[in-house]
Amino acid sequence: MNAFAFERAAAAVDAARAVAARPGALFLAGGTTLVDLMKVDVLTPDTVVDVRHLGLSNIDVSDDAIAVGAAVTNSQLAWHPVVRDRYPVLAEAILSGATTQIRNMATVAGNILQRTRCPYFRDVHASCNRRQPGSGCDALDGFNRGHAVLGVSDHCIATHPSDMCVAMVILDADVYTVRPDGTTRSIPFRQFHLTPADTPHVEVALEHGELITHIILPHLPAARRSHYLKVRDRASYEFALASAAVILDLDGRTIRAARLGLGGIATKPWRATEAEHLLAGRPATDDTFRDAAEVALAGAGAREHSHFKIELAKRTIVRAFATARDANI
Amino acid sequence: MKITINVNNTVHELLVDSRVTLLDALRDVLGLTGTKKGCDQGACGACTVIIGGQRVLSCLTLAAGCDGQDVVTIEGLATGDELHPMQAAFLHCDGFQCGYCTPGQILSAVCAVQEVHAGVPSHVTRDVRQTVNAATLTDEEIRERMSGNLCRCAAYPNIVAAVRQVLFSSDLSTVAHSAEVEVRS
Repeated sequence: MNAFAFERAAAAVDAARAVAARPGALFLAGGTTLVDLMKVDVLTPDTVVDVRHLGLSNIDVSDDAIAVGAAVTNSQLAWHPVVRDRYPVLAEAILSGATTQIRNMATVAGNILQRTRCPYFRDVHASCNRRQPGSGCDALDGFNRGHAVLGVSDHCIATHPSDMCVAMVILDADVYTVRPDGTTRSIPFRQFHLTPADTPHVEVALEHGELITHIILPHLPAARRSHYLKVRDRASYEFALASAAVILDLDGRTIRAARLGLGGIATKPWRATEAEHLLAGRPATDDTFRDAAEVALAGAGAREHSHFKIELAKRTIVRAFATARDANI
Repeated sequence: MKITINVNNTVHELLVDSRVTLLDALRDVLGLTGTKKGCDQGACGACTVIIGGQRVLSCLTLAAGCDGQDVVTIEGLATGDELHPMQAAFLHCDGFQCGYCTPGQILSAVCAVQEVHAGVPSHVTRDVRQTVNAATLTDEEIRERMSGNLCRCAAYPNIVAAVRQVLFSSDLSTVAHSAEVEVRS
């Protein structure tokens, strides 16, 4: 690990200024991504600024929203009784990821900003446009079984690894930030993560030194009928091969409205809006869900080892919607 | 840099390089070698310790970030010669073979039992809106809640038995007697 300075800040804007002042500085929260990647020299900050003690660890519940502090841990959010009641899909998504030890450390903002698990990104001897712009992508013709089939480009096919984000993208969460000059803004979750295109190293819509302060989850009564289904190589403690986050608003056996998010198969937390449009007004049958799955994966592009993920994702979508439909709510 | 850290109810002032993990500080600076280094990359759980009442991985925790924190390691679990109930259960159920993962398993299990008694769900809980009931907890639940601790000897059936023994013990007051586990939600 390279030498670095460890700093603490007294307030969020001070942390933002401390990072903005140095191009090589990074925020440190739970450390489950950053410390891991520093050990393998993928990330080599000259300064880390600890942001866990800035008073951003509260979950504030009101009738029309829940405000989640950036430093709230994944466990805190998943175990919160109101989160479990209003947004089962969010609690389920978080609990399906990593382990209790890691969820106790990892923060909500850190989960949103976690880096890909692509093995070529994690190996400094491999070519990776995300880690080293212009160096190429060894995944394109390499071992790409775990890679994305949606939102890919000729420069990067790395999968976004988060489960939590797949739920947040269908909940229309907003990400609130503070910038080094003290100004604040909110970024809709759908616009927060970027597909790689020809700049894979630009992953999110944040400036250097811009700090996430909290997330707002708007009230969404339909989210009580929601579900997160994750398919993976092991029963626990494994990243998704395919996952689906669904919300189903039913009028009897007819779909009033639906939402669909996809994980494990896309370069960013994926919202399948065309599939959602198809579902509205149709009967809540497995055939309808299959039609939506076909639309959701219509633009998919697989590589040598990832063809199976397209059909796997379709079946995951059907089963997730069927489970939500049949839930006793 | 200088940090003050409370380990097993003893306060230490340490001078550590910013790169030192809590795991290395415990083992190499404080000589508390009960906490094990397995993968050193957050994959195996051998380095599990309890910070502020919650189980975490000491290999991904920078010591510099632990200033002012309370840490419990495997050395802090027993009361004198009296084993913690989870330690006794691992012995009684033969919950290990080589023993390398055992300190992490035991600390993780102590917290898992507390989490169950707090009623919080896991990935395999059928309905996350429900409060989990310790009395009806399945082995599948125990396995999921312990999935962050790998055992290459595969002593898993006996580890599950040890957790079950403590979980169903009527004397819950002994479970957390020195670890002071707390579940925030």
